[in-house]
Amino acid sequence: MTWTHEGFEMVVGLEVHVELATNTKLFSASPNRFGDEPNTNIDPVTLGLPGALPVLNRRAVELAMRIGLALGCEIRPCVFARKNYFYPDMPKAYQISQYDQPLNVDGSLTLPDGTVIGVERAHLEEDTGKSTHVGGAGGRIHGSEASLIDFNRAGVPLVEIVSQPDIRSPEQARAYVAELRSILAAIGASDAKMEEGSMRVDANVSVRRPGESFGTRCEIKNLNSVRSVGRAVDYEGRRQVDLISVGEVVRQETRHWDETDGRTHTLRTKEDADDYRYFPEPDLVPLAPSDEWIAEVRASMPPLPSARRACLAEATGQAPDAEAVSTVVDRGQDDYVHAVVAAGGDAARALIAVKEAFADEPASPRVPAEDLAVLTQMEVAGEVTSTQAKTLLAEIVAAGGGDARALAAAKGFEAMDTSELESMVDDAIAAQPDAWVKFCAGEAKAMGAIVGHIMKASKGQADGKAVSAILDARRG
Amino acid sequence: MGRAVELAARVRSGEVRAADVVEGYLSAIDAREAEVHAFNLVLAEAARERAAAIDAVAASGGDPGPLAGVPVALKDNLCTRGVPTTCSSKILDGWRPPYDATVVERLAAAGAVVVGKTNLDEFAMGSSTENSAFGPTRNPLDVSRVPGGSSGGSAAAVAAGFAEVSLGSDTGGSIRQPAALCGVVGVKPTYGAVSRHGLVAFASSLDQIGPFANDVADAALLLESIAGHDPGDSTSIPEAFPSLDASLTAGVEGVRIGRISDLPAGADADVEARLEAAFEALAAAGAEIVDVEVPAFTYGLTAYYLIAPAEASSNLARYDGVRFGLRVDAADTNAMYTATRSAGFGDEVQRRIMLGTYALSAGYYDAYYGKALKVRRLIADDFARAYERCDVMLTPASPSVAFPFGSKTADPFAMYLCDTYTIPSNLAGHPAMSVPFGSGADDLPVGVQVLAPALGEPVMFQVAAELERRAS
Repeated sequence: MTWTHEGFEMVVGLEVHVELATNTKLFSASPNRFGDEPNTNIDPVTLGLPGALPVLNRRAVELAMRIGLALGCEIRPCVFARKNYFYPDMPKAYQISQYDQPLNVDGSLTLPDGTVIGVERAHLEEDTGKSTHVGGAGGRIHGSEASLIDFNRAGVPLVEIVSQPDIRSPEQARAYVAELRSILAAIGASDAKMEEGSMRVDANVSVRRPGESFGTRCEIKNLNSVRSVGRAVDYEGRRQVDLISVGEVVRQETRHWDETDGRTHTLRTKEDADDYRYFPEPDLVPLAPSDEWIAEVRASMPPLPSARRACLAEATGQAPDAEAVSTVVDRGQDDYVHAVVAAGGDAARALIAVKEAFADEPASPRVPAEDLAVLTQMEVAGEVTSTQAKTLLAEIVAAGGGDARALAAAKGFEAMDTSELESMVDDAIAAQPDAWVKFCAGEAKAMGAIVGHIMKASKGQADGKAVSAILDARRG
Repeated sequence: MGRAVELAARVRSGEVRAADVVEGYLSAIDAREAEVHAFNLVLAEAARERAAAIDAVAASGGDPGPLAGVPVALKDNLCTRGVPTTCSSKILDGWRPPYDATVVERLAAAGAVVVGKTNLDEFAMGSSTENSAFGPTRNPLDVSRVPGGSSGGSAAAVAAGFAEVSLGSDTGGSIRQPAALCGVVGVKPTYGAVSRHGLVAFASSLDQIGPFANDVADAALLLESIAGHDPGDSTSIPEAFPSLDASLTAGVEGVRIGRISDLPAGADADVEARLEAAFEALAAAGAEIVDVEVPAFTYGLTAYYLIAPAEASSNLARYDGVRFGLRVDAADTNAMYTATRSAGFGDEVQRRIMLGTYALSAGYYDAYYGKALKVRRLIADDFARAYERCDVMLTPASPSVAFPFGSKTADPFAMYLCDTYTIPSNLAGHPAMSVPFGSGADDLPVGVQVLAPALGEPVMFQVAAELERRAS
């Protein structure tokens, strides 16, 4: 997972904004809900009407503390500050944020491969409204005829999580975002849907020769998928190295990631950066969570994905970073796999069955754990072939449960014995001599034609894995 | 017993009708409002309807509340549901708040009758009410002179008999100075004692709503009606507001009155003489006069003119023409902001926005805003030391009696000096009030300021009531 380009390495820090899964906004009672009619979840505080005052949402603070605890941060007494700038979707012309005294500091996030990325801070702030520019090209403000503003999002609680510049490759950047997303969902802090904007990523990228001090960084905005994060960071690293290689300098600037052309473009340079004139928010009092409150939040925390992956890997004999393990944990179906095992099921088969067939099921699938346990037992005992087991699994999932033995009996499923299979393989080779020759010559794809022939002849009852094994053995 | 207290008692008992009371005040407005210009808006019809409703409650045996039928005027920076709230600025043109300020709700619950919205220096920035976009208010005692400011309209309304009591807001003296110049009682409560919810902000960490009244007892009643915790204002004090009842008759026997020996000079001789007389009167009533020092008092003005504009520059940024109020259209958004704010804000407001923006700017923050915050802390520390030796302190409320129109408008700094004695209480978050104590030059009233520590309203009113008794 190392990235180098013409002898340079990249240095990346990520700023991730996540919308908290509260019922109401950070400083008012309006609903925090995505997708409603524009300008319906508003009130005097949201609109910044004269005389309106913010009142802090306790639940938002608790979710922010959960994030801090999940990232191993220290939770500290903190102060809200005003970040002043004019923009039409910023109703008060200042954002209530945290500046020099944030809630969470000094944490870290461990990637699935064990790499530790430092987390500088995770602070609370309010979201802005949303502008839509109409009548111009590409939805940009420049050249548009009018701007429409939806204030439903204004005042939605956000936590901004700022990493240390510890990331060294696009893969690590992607893994950091993916792991953070899993954590946020697991602790119920955010639904963390990048496609809906409830999780947004900015990347600070610079390059240097290993051992040198940090280079000039550029901040990339508009990264709205894990894939974009990897692509943009990779592009930006190459762009900076290419500039330096021809004797130019990297200018500190904010750049915009364009998903369609796969490039970053200058948004604004350091010279026209805003002076935000931060100062302590006088409409709010300092926030100092008591030790009791922190302990209460800590006690309410569910286990983190890393612990759940380790537990599931242990139970199923897989590596903690195996894809099936992380997929099942991401869906929250690991408890279900444990339940199948407790009901006497085969752990490895239960894991694969859940990974393959339960993608559309909730965290607690409708299929009783006992039913899946029985199916895995039958497969282990050779009562059904793996192909038959798949068929049964699909039916059981579709029906929300079922007795695998009764279903198998009804379908007349029973595993073929080996001698029967051997003779079917003889027939298939005789029927497809060309395929056999190609297969023997090393064309793996040619096996498909032979197996297909056997499946057809056995009406799907042959065990595909057993057939492959016989073919491999005969080829020598 | 205060006049408003007595009036409410008679309306509650059915002895007089609120409708008749209100009619009397509306007649007074008719007779002299054109000359005084205390109001931006007179709410005659709404007042009549409200009075009739109160009479109906009283007639049916119900209790219309401790302020039943008392006509009250509201400074026009207090939000009133569906009623224009202008801050005497063009920028709020056409805006009607969708909600009532907490103090407006509490007055309504207490049975008061709102007769109108009063004039002020635009966004409460000024000391003469000459900065109103709708023209100045005149002092009812001498219409060639200012009523003070920024709550000049509220002070004048009470002095002219347009309302029995009124509410103003005080950020650096905006209740106490006009109270002194108009010869009425004016109170700035402890910061956080009265909810700011629905008060259009000037400088949030300094703003506080308070009463104007003809006497100390009425001021106490009005303050008790509006004070107390409001979950809608995060800076509101959680504890119950202390009762002021006993204070009004307690006298000052044994109360320690601080005389600030290093008080900044600058008060006129007639004002100094009345302050001296106040010390003598209180000593005669059994109080102990002690000399105290408050060295940081003198830096209050400078610190204030960094902190208040800094907060104002941020608070007033929302007037951008996007969502409400005035919009002057232009080629693009930035040009629209500039055109709207240039047309909508008067000179003084623009001056303070620029001062405040500068004070918070990168590279200047530590030297200006940061240093001002340190001075603010010093003032609080000095006050705390002084209050180890005394219970209240006395100063002038204003360096002079009411001054003629235009005499300070050419020099902003001369105008700022009006608030020398009132500003430190705002910076410390402490209560202070102005009580009329005789006359100075040209037979115009002089106000003596009583300062007290946080939530020291009971002892402050104790001393104010004694001064009131000794003044007549």
